[in-house]
Amino acid sequence: MKVALGAALLLALALPAAAAPALAKVQVLRNGNGPEPDTLDPHRSEGVSSNNIVRDLYEGLTSFSPAGEIVPGAAASWEMDGAGTTYIFHLRPSARWSNGDAVTAEDFASGLQRSVDPATGSAFAQILAPIANAKAVIARQQSPATLGVQALDAVTLQIRLTAATPYFLGLLTHPSTFPVHRPSLAKWGRDFARKGPLVSNGAFALGEWREQAFVRLKRNVYYWNNAATRLDEVVYVPTEDINAELKRYRADELDSSYEIPLLQAPWLKKKFGAELHIAPYLGSYYYGFNCSRPPFKNNPKLRAALTLAVDREVIVNKVMNGVALPATSFVPPGTWNYTPQQPEWASWPRAQRLALAKKLYAEAGYSEKTPLKIEFRYNSNDDHRRIAIVIAAMWKQWLGVQTTLVNEEFKVFLQNRKLRTVTQVFRSAWIADYDDASAFTDILQSHHGRNDSAWNSPAYDALLSQAAQQPDAAARRALLQQAEQIIISDWPVLPIYTYVSKHLVKPWVAGWTDNPLDYHYAKDLAIFEH
Amino acid sequence: MLLFALKRLATGIPTLLLLMTLTFFLMRLAPGGPFDKERSLPPEIELALKAEYHLDESLPRQYAHYLGGLLRGDLGPSFQYQGSRVSELLGKGLKVSALLGGLAMLLALLLGAAAGIFAAVRQHRWPDVTLMSAALLGISIPAYVIAPLMVLVFAVTLHWLPAGGWADGRVADVLLPVLALALAQVAAIARLMRGALLEVLHAPFIRTARAKGLPERIVIFRHALKPALMPLLSHLGPATAGILTGSVVVEQIFDVPGIGRYFVQGALNRDYTLVLGVVSFYGALIVLFNFVVDLLYGVLDPRVRLT
Repeated sequence: MKVALGAALLLALALPAAAAPALAKVQVLRNGNGPEPDTLDPHRSEGVSSNNIVRDLYEGLTSFSPAGEIVPGAAASWEMDGAGTTYIFHLRPSARWSNGDAVTAEDFASGLQRSVDPATGSAFAQILAPIANAKAVIARQQSPATLGVQALDAVTLQIRLTAATPYFLGLLTHPSTFPVHRPSLAKWGRDFARKGPLVSNGAFALGEWREQAFVRLKRNVYYWNNAATRLDEVVYVPTEDINAELKRYRADELDSSYEIPLLQAPWLKKKFGAELHIAPYLGSYYYGFNCSRPPFKNNPKLRAALTLAVDREVIVNKVMNGVALPATSFVPPGTWNYTPQQPEWASWPRAQRLALAKKLYAEAGYSEKTPLKIEFRYNSNDDHRRIAIVIAAMWKQWLGVQTTLVNEEFKVFLQNRKLRTVTQVFRSAWIADYDDASAFTDILQSHHGRNDSAWNSPAYDALLSQAAQQPDAAARRALLQQAEQIIISDWPVLPIYTYVSKHLVKPWVAGWTDNPLDYHYAKDLAIFEH
Repeated sequence: MLLFALKRLATGIPTLLLLMTLTFFLMRLAPGGPFDKERSLPPEIELALKAEYHLDESLPRQYAHYLGGLLRGDLGPSFQYQGSRVSELLGKGLKVSALLGGLAMLLALLLGAAAGIFAAVRQHRWPDVTLMSAALLGISIPAYVIAPLMVLVFAVTLHWLPAGGWADGRVADVLLPVLALALAQVAAIARLMRGALLEVLHAPFIRTARAKGLPERIVIFRHALKPALMPLLSHLGPATAGILTGSVVVEQIFDVPGIGRYFVQGALNRDYTLVLGVVSFYGALIVLFNFVVDLLYGVLDPRVRLT
């Protein structure tokens, strides 16, 4: 009898464990989070580290599922008119702020107005340009009140766009579209995120923020879907030193890491196996040519020669230790509603590429006797330096180019790159703010502030404006792909690699799913018993 | 004595003002500004940000504005850590840095002085040789080598102590950073103490004391120690300031929220007010410690008071 009872007990204990590991009693997730967050104000936060926290504190109209699909957020449903330029969002009547106040359509409307108001100083105001009048508000030609957003009643929000924007629902997951708690803003002014008790509408609320030590979020008991939240606390730990972070992860003080040290990647793969999460990420690492000055001005052949001479496999495998993907396109693979355009030479063997590179180099007027002498600029950083040395060596070996490497402190570098006068070839990178090809193609428009190549192609600009007006997703995709073909044929940039997201995640973190934007909402995570 | 103290103190103020002024203008000369980032801002937004922090005014006006704030004890807002005043950040960081630095200095003083005295008394015998070799090693190995090693052994392998972090200064959090910070100072103090004590032990007045038949203990602790403390004292002022200001590396490795990291981060971010705040604060600290040491000289050595 005793034996039978014991066996039954054992069985009862073992069965659920075999089905899925039980959840731990203490539901606290500790994330390594890179630099100390600049602010937790969704309309002012700029860094990845602060936006990670802001996405847990606040909820936009839409949200992403762990796999990266758009799902309802604070809005339960929405409709779009036939032209695709007017959206009506129906907010969840049960949505509450962390102090119990109802979340209203007006909170979202004033949030968007605040976001585009130049006085707010948002770094992301420009990505809201699809909303009617946003451009005029950002340029101070109209008041923020004229923005195309309107609360029709307490739970109905209307957003009017200048043109149909197929990626608009995805854009609404971005912190710059999040609502503000108006009474807090009225009481504390723009420092509400630091001074007052921060009131937010997401699955978590701010518990304690100790500068340089941690940001502790606690469960928002008023959250409309609080019953589904499994974590009670999320602790974001600033980890400015990448090696120190690794040690804290190994000492079990962190459940996930912000980054991994590149140089140790092979060892990490061996030691941590499945704990090491490496997945495609929407970011491009590339070199730009200054097209407004010699030797690259009106010289696509020379730009082509330098681009063709670079062996991306070597960069990715030997320099990046496999923590990147070789890139021959400017828009990364995995971008929503898009097929990255590959140049014809992408499928060629190396020898064929080099032969063309040498031919074009000669046609551009350079030879062994009269080699190209250029300066390459980058911001001081070991990884950038190692890549630059290898690429300069490739240029030297195959073309005879003499490259002077100039490294500059980050802010000095940014200023020089922006001036477009002293630069010849420069390091650059771009991470998507939202999942759409235009997040990349936009920055090469002739008037764009990040068009550091000073590239000016009227045909390209025209295609992008057409795409911006095109309501049909397929037709729009075709236009953007056509635009990328122009980049490929005119060579203003030299794509090197596509970024990957890279984290160490403990096996007991439940629900961690790699996705191209590298968003990991804490509301979808939990801790297994361990 | 009072006049001496006042005179000393008075020279500190222009020094600080000069330091602050130089920092203010040098920072502005550095290329790039606080709002230059990977993402370029529309001109209207950049203007609004500049206006928010008075960066749209002329430099002399900004300087006057800063001095005005300083008189009210306000070091201005931080550009990077939005919504925070620099004085708040420094205040919070100082608590941590002071605890860390104070404990490290205390530990270094106790261990260092004891080792130095012990070695001096047993000059050229094995305890002396062992201790001084260890001290040489301690001086030569920088904190950025020893600290990660300690983390690897005590946190990652043995799981005895946390690898980093700070929660209200729990003893476990404090232990490794204090040790890492103190180690180099223990070594320096031990060598200084030994050298100074040896020199004094060869002085005629010690020979007199020994000739009187005083026990060695009394000779060393009552007669030799006080004059032997002089060089240590002059080292202590800058060393304490150094341990407080030079904890950047240790703070970084152990994720300790002290002031040190504001110095580096502030400069990299062109957080003008934060850098000015940290530099002025460190400057004041060094002036203050040198002042205290000067006063203590006067206490220990009457000859100093006359000059």
